Amino acid sequence: MSVIAKRVRALSGWLYVLPALILVAVFVYYPVVENFRLSTFQWNAFSTHPRYVGLGNYAGLMADPVFWRAIFNNIAYAIVSVIWQVGFGLVLAAILEETVRARLRAFLRTVYFIPVTISITVTGLLFQFLYHPQFGLVNRVLVILGHPQWTHSWLGEEATAIWAIIGMSQWQSVGYVMVLLTVAMQKIPREFYEAAYIDGTTKVQAFFLITVPLLREMTTLMMILTISGAFLVFNEVKVMTDGGPNNASQVLGTWLYRSAFQNDQMGYASAIATVIFILTFGAGVAQLWGVRGKQVEF
Amino acid sequence: MAVRSAVPESHGELAGAHPTPLVVLASLGRMAMLTCLVLVIVYPLVWMCLAGFKSTAELFGDPWGLPGALRIENYVTAWNQGVVRYLFNSAFVTTASIFGVVLLGAWAAYGLTRLHLPFATPVLFFILGGMMLAPAVALIPLFRLLQALGIYDTYFALIVPYVAFRLPFITFLIRAYVVTLPMELEDAAVVDGASRWQIFWNVIVPLSRPILISAALLQALFAWNEFPFALVFINNDNLKTLPVGLLDMQGRLITDWPVLLAALTMASVPMILLFIVGQRQFIRGLAEGYGK
Repeated sequence: MSVIAKRVRALSGWLYVLPALILVAVFVYYPVVENFRLSTFQWNAFSTHPRYVGLGNYAGLMADPVFWRAIFNNIAYAIVSVIWQVGFGLVLAAILEETVRARLRAFLRTVYFIPVTISITVTGLLFQFLYHPQFGLVNRVLVILGHPQWTHSWLGEEATAIWAIIGMSQWQSVGYVMVLLTVAMQKIPREFYEAAYIDGTTKVQAFFLITVPLLREMTTLMMILTISGAFLVFNEVKVMTDGGPNNASQVLGTWLYRSAFQNDQMGYASAIATVIFILTFGAGVAQLWGVRGKQVEF
Repeated sequence: MAVRSAVPESHGELAGAHPTPLVVLASLGRMAMLTCLVLVIVYPLVWMCLAGFKSTAELFGDPWGLPGALRIENYVTAWNQGVVRYLFNSAFVTTASIFGVVLLGAWAAYGLTRLHLPFATPVLFFILGGMMLAPAVALIPLFRLLQALGIYDTYFALIVPYVAFRLPFITFLIRAYVVTLPMELEDAAVVDGASRWQIFWNVIVPLSRPILISAALLQALFAWNEFPFALVFINNDNLKTLPVGLLDMQGRLITDWPVLLAALTMASVPMILLFIVGQRQFIRGLAEGYGK
């Protein structure tokens, strides 16, 4: 082969990579960068002359009580999700692995994962009914249990709305992290457990002495994913309360959407997007770091 | 002691010959918890399906009883009032984005692992780096970009971003698999005079089938349920996908909850079935994607 033919062949190899490269550059990277620029202007969807305001939108954010309410709600989301999805998910995965027969185990795992496959719009609308003050199952169960004073209009009261949504999310997502932790658990050599059990270790002790330490990296990864997911919450809040009542259940995602497409404050919404970027990018770096360290050899 | 019974091959303390009362109690407690969790998860879903057969009076009079008759007409109404259109849109957008992302991801994985391209590593990092960028951050600029390109409010307004935003992850997934394939078959094909194009389709694709299926399933789950892009980039009711269309239906139906619940049930069935059928490939994809 001549030198030129070799060159052409080497370059033609790029044709396999180029489509992906261009799509990612144009539709993923460019918008994220453009977002920073847009956040320094005051503009709406129809304005022909956006006004440069520098960091004005960010100053506006700092003074906006709804923004802080949203941050608080996202943090609450993150904390509950880490405890329930990662903490309880880990315990659940261990119980299934160590104490349940194989066939039952496969069945339970499937059932626990089913909500993950359902659209959040579906579960959100379904839970609107479950949380219904008059007809909902939740209040009904409370009455049957003899605590009628605990009943609420769960999604209609400022104090309970965000917690009711967070509760729905836990119902939907516990199976996801559990399944991933199960896969990691199955990679732990059986001999570790066999040796421990012969030495008289109980299963509870084995969980803390073997499972937890050996799954530390995977658990950390799941925590990062869960936290970053908690700051991206949008669908469930949009469907169940649309941020209400009185903005009490607003999260960053819904406040961004409301600001951009209902209040028509596009620059302000871009500033919120930048905050989401900062919060999730850090998590993304950590995640990529963790995955790379374990799997990808460059 | 129950030590012997705890030896792994028996897998379960109940198998022990002389379980102590404490062990029995603990395992009863565990089973109770696992069963409770099954009920908490399954009951609302079964209820949703059954309540779809109720009359409105039944639903509000006795919300948690069984329907008095199997009113298929609720499902028919829901189907005609939009579900059929939203299902089609979701199926179309999902299928197109699966083909797009798997094809482009596999090409990129092949190009970056097998062709000894210069700068392959920085390019790989660039593509994978897209995983760290959240769709919400791109929402507003993307909205403008799609308008400028003239594809806002068309199927492409969803297909293109669904492919682009999932390419980093899917490329990562396929690449990790392609890297482990032995080179010999490829070398043999080269000796036989096969072109890269032939090698890709006749060697790489067949050998990577398992991971391509996993990638397709994960993309299906993502595209079928994606919400924010579907909400912002589509305005025409005829093009809306299920997650947004169902929300619209709630607005239209207001008090006709049984029909809405029937619609929700029909919207959920395809993914649940797909998951049950493709469970192993599904979970493999998830597990590969997040390391060991």
